[in-house]
Amino acid sequence: MTSTLALEVKGLQAWYGESHVLHGIDIKVNRGECVSLLGRNGAGRTSTLRAILGLTSRRTGQVRVHGHDVMPLQTHQIARLGVGYCPEERAIYSSLSCEENLTLPPVIRPGGMQLDEIYELFPNLKERRKSQGTRLSGGEQQMLALARILRTGVDILFLDEISEGLAPVIVERLAQVIETLKQRGYTILLVEQNFEFASELAERLYVIEHGEVVSHIPASEIALKHEELKELLGI
Amino acid sequence: MEIFGLPLTVVMGQIVVGLVNGSFYAILSLGLAVIFGMLNIVNFVHGAIYMLGALLAWLLLAKLGVGYWYSLLLVPLIIGAFGCVIERTMLRRLYNIDHVFGILLTLGLAYIIEGLARYWFGAAGMSFEAPPEFSGAFNLGFMRLPKYRVWVIVASLSVCLATWAIIEKTKLGAYLRASTENPAIARTFGINVSLLVTLTYGIGVALAGFAGVLAAPIYQVSPIMGHSLIIIVFAIVVIGGMGSILGSIITGLLLGLVEGITRAYWPEASTVVIFVVMILVLILRPSGLFGKE
Repeated sequence: MTSTLALEVKGLQAWYGESHVLHGIDIKVNRGECVSLLGRNGAGRTSTLRAILGLTSRRTGQVRVHGHDVMPLQTHQIARLGVGYCPEERAIYSSLSCEENLTLPPVIRPGGMQLDEIYELFPNLKERRKSQGTRLSGGEQQMLALARILRTGVDILFLDEISEGLAPVIVERLAQVIETLKQRGYTILLVEQNFEFASELAERLYVIEHGEVVSHIPASEIALKHEELKELLGI
Repeated sequence: MEIFGLPLTVVMGQIVVGLVNGSFYAILSLGLAVIFGMLNIVNFVHGAIYMLGALLAWLLLAKLGVGYWYSLLLVPLIIGAFGCVIERTMLRRLYNIDHVFGILLTLGLAYIIEGLARYWFGAAGMSFEAPPEFSGAFNLGFMRLPKYRVWVIVASLSVCLATWAIIEKTKLGAYLRASTENPAIARTFGINVSLLVTLTYGIGVALAGFAGVLAAPIYQVSPIMGHSLIIIVFAIVVIGGMGSILGSIITGLLLGLVEGITRAYWPEASTVVIFVVMILVLILRPSGLFGKE
């Protein structure tokens, strides 16, 4: 057990029913670090997040969150170790208002952001707080999906394709928010297809293909390996 | 004084009967709606659980001397615990397969519970005295209104409204609604959805148990008392809109009234009027009066 590691994944394999989607993922994320999982559609990036959280139908291998073995745990117990998940589909609850969505996740440990701090970070959400969650624009729903896990005291954020389908100005705003979150000490695992967005924010990159890590690029080499990355990602 | 050719006493008498029946419909259909909303299971054992509630109250009184008021608290707790065991040991295994298996399992359970009750207690009804506080009637001048029936209406509606308020206005209710809409994401928030599902089923059937205790002094306590009632309650859930909490309460009460008024003016039609309404609603608004289109 290494105390500086927030997340340690070794030989993670996962299945959805009969479909074998991960074939042995190895990643490490240090506390306070922002790491990105890059890859093409269907490469296994989202499945990696879901397998860590116990949301796939079966998984094997080793996953440690803050040193705790989470393989025998259920999803809600893993979340309570301090993991917040912002899913690709955003999953805003249609039966709840914007503010109800925001305050829905239970506070699992002290140290989470207060509502007014969140509204300061996302002023749009304050204006739309009474609106039904699913009536918000795509960008606002993305902000809401991210904002609602900041209240709960989690310190590891799993952000899945948060820039997908959003206008450049919103993507830029989200990048600023992630910078702020990094400064506040959050550990961030960023699943992205948007290479430019991820390489600006992440300190290390893992490239995933066919359910395996095919490349690991530390911060110092990101600039040098631009071309190789573009080829790997099919850009 | 007459209302459309019938004496006021007769009409009001049937309205009171309708309100009492409607109170039972409301509380039973509420339990069904809560269970369907969260578990997506059509709980055919609900009528047998209602009967079990009445039978337990009778047993507690006859064998252990436990009075009505204690039963009103104890029986829902016992039934709720029984429901939690059913959910953990049986229903849980069916969530990922076709709904029809849930219907078959709960229907089978209903027949087993009713069959066992008939084997042990016979088919004849057993009487259960109303608590002394509610013996007698209020004299309204134009009619006598039995005190116990007033209590049944007040108690049922209070429990229904409290359940609605918990689901719609509290944090626990928000967790329930979120877990119904997207259980996987609710789990990633640290919400123990599995426990919520068990508790929801337990509370849903506890409502049926509570209704059974309320019903014991009004109807004969008999192993078949839930049998015909459950068919009517299912019709009410369909009319209100499957899974609609407020819809099931309002529809239950209203259809009790419709049935009562029909009994006053056209007694022969009173047993089918609810089903006529159900067919009309299914044709004109298949999602139910309060269901989402």
